[in-house]
Amino acid sequence: MLFTSYEFLLFLLIVFVIYYLIPSKWQWAFLLVASYVFYAIASPLYLIFISVTGVTVYLAAVLMEDKSNKNAQYFKSVKASLTREERKALKSRQKRKVRNIFLASLLLNLGILAVLKYANFTIVNINAMLRTFGSNARLGRVDLILPMGISFYTFQAVSYLIDVYNGRVKAQRNPFRLMLFVSFFPQLVQGPISRYGDLSQTLYGPHKADKKNITFGLQRILWGFFKKLVIADRILPGVKAIIAHPGKYDGEFAFIGMLFYALELYADFTGGIDITIGTAEVLGIRVQENFIRPYFSKSIKEYWKRWHISMGNWFTDYVFYPLSVSHALQKLGRWSRKHLGNAVGKRVPVYLASFLVWLATGIWHGAAWNFVAWGLGNFVIIMISQELEPLYLKFHESTHVEGKSWWKAIQILRTFLIMSCLRMFDCYRDVPLTFKMFGSMFTDFHITDLNASNFLSLGLGGFDYLVLAIAVILLFSVSMIQRSGSVREKIAARPYPVQCLIWAGLFLAVILLGAYSVGYDASQFIYNQF
Amino acid sequence: MEENKEALLDILKELHPDVDFESETNLIGDKVLDSFDIVSLVTEIGDEFDVEIGASDLLPENFNTVDAMLKLIEKKQNDED
Repeated sequence: MLFTSYEFLLFLLIVFVIYYLIPSKWQWAFLLVASYVFYAIASPLYLIFISVTGVTVYLAAVLMEDKSNKNAQYFKSVKASLTREERKALKSRQKRKVRNIFLASLLLNLGILAVLKYANFTIVNINAMLRTFGSNARLGRVDLILPMGISFYTFQAVSYLIDVYNGRVKAQRNPFRLMLFVSFFPQLVQGPISRYGDLSQTLYGPHKADKKNITFGLQRILWGFFKKLVIADRILPGVKAIIAHPGKYDGEFAFIGMLFYALELYADFTGGIDITIGTAEVLGIRVQENFIRPYFSKSIKEYWKRWHISMGNWFTDYVFYPLSVSHALQKLGRWSRKHLGNAVGKRVPVYLASFLVWLATGIWHGAAWNFVAWGLGNFVIIMISQELEPLYLKFHESTHVEGKSWWKAIQILRTFLIMSCLRMFDCYRDVPLTFKMFGSMFTDFHITDLNASNFLSLGLGGFDYLVLAIAVILLFSVSMIQRSGSVREKIAARPYPVQCLIWAGLFLAVILLGAYSVGYDASQFIYNQF
Repeated sequence: MEENKEALLDILKELHPDVDFESETNLIGDKVLDSFDIVSLVTEIGDEFDVEIGASDLLPENFNTVDAMLKLIEKKQNDED
């Protein structure tokens, strides 16, 4: 069930009404049922996979916590009679038992994800290698189903498992409550990847119908629909036309395609997240923000703290740091500092960990080489900017440009263009072609070809461009206003007729200008596929 | 405590000889210590004090001041004792 379908709107209406009619102590249980129905509508088979994840993670967390508690009690009772070395050895033995439970559950869940998502990618590449070495042997492709949102719910479940293992959160003792955390329907489709410590604070209620939550939530949903239907889906034919005909649309139109895709992806992904957060808000549940005006970032590092925040935090906390301080990388760090000196040596483990994190981030986005290239492109650019930081500092000190508005604008534009270029890997889904199109922007850029007839050949009419231009101005203005606080709060402070006018206007815009009129299909969200 | 402090200051001075660590109160927030430093620091502290600092300990509040780091080291030493 797509967010942008009548079925979803009907589903939401039924959920909202029943949720506030039933006794509040049953609200969370009802949400679990609603989430399972939502998932079953996509495919009843998916329920098996998400249930396996929910049950195994639940059991592992409870077992780990019980074992740790027992271990601590035993340790306390014998502590006085042991030497320091014996105490260390005992702790280590106890830790190993808990770690085994943890690893078993972790490997099972990541294993399911890996097999379902990456089996065919691996097979294709093994076959390519066999061909390279002259062998005629071939592995057959396997026909596997890929449950919707599996990367999101697996990562969310794994984050809970790691947090319990590290003692950051207590294990949830009610299996059904844990299943709700894993399967909460608004975030099943495209995240965000919530942390148990955050989401559990409001997920289980009870919640009374609160006028502000409901109106603000509905407003946020409406804004999400505006971004998705009026902007993302309207520009989509243009993006598709440029990507599908790279021979025809290279040079200046590769550049235009890059800009169109930046707009489409932003409107699509943030629109979907608005619908998610708004839906949760109506239910009285707080889901963490996943975007903070990312296109206003002044550096790549900052961009990744403002774009798809929950994914970035997940990789930082659960992959980058554990890898960086792992025994193997610590050993490597010692060796490199000894042999390469402090300045270079200390970079080795961090760069290696960063490399692996970006490789994993790329592969997480999809089982294809273009995503690997995209991930590694990010790694290279972040490392270069890290190394150049002392130079930037010197430049800022000597020129006094830092903090000046025009300099900030240049930094924002630079960051936006770099990230948009990297996203071309995502657009063309073909690494050599991406490089070719990137190169053509410099070698084959003819400004005179940016004329009306070429723009109109992309499958977008004059009216589409007009709607898009107004929508982008609105998007930009809302982002500017947001810098000083919630836009909905600001609107709510206006006289009632003004509020009505604004929201009715947005509603009409979605109804009249949404790209589902003749010739359009309300498209699937881009991040559904991850 | 004093011994630990001196040993820790030696490690920190080796990383950044130009910083007066005792007077700094926001080493992470002020970006005196970056992620490279923290990873090196975790290795050095592990070797020097025979403790194991894990990923879950890598929080700004554990590394913002010398005292916070000492507290973390002592907590780890006591945990293991």
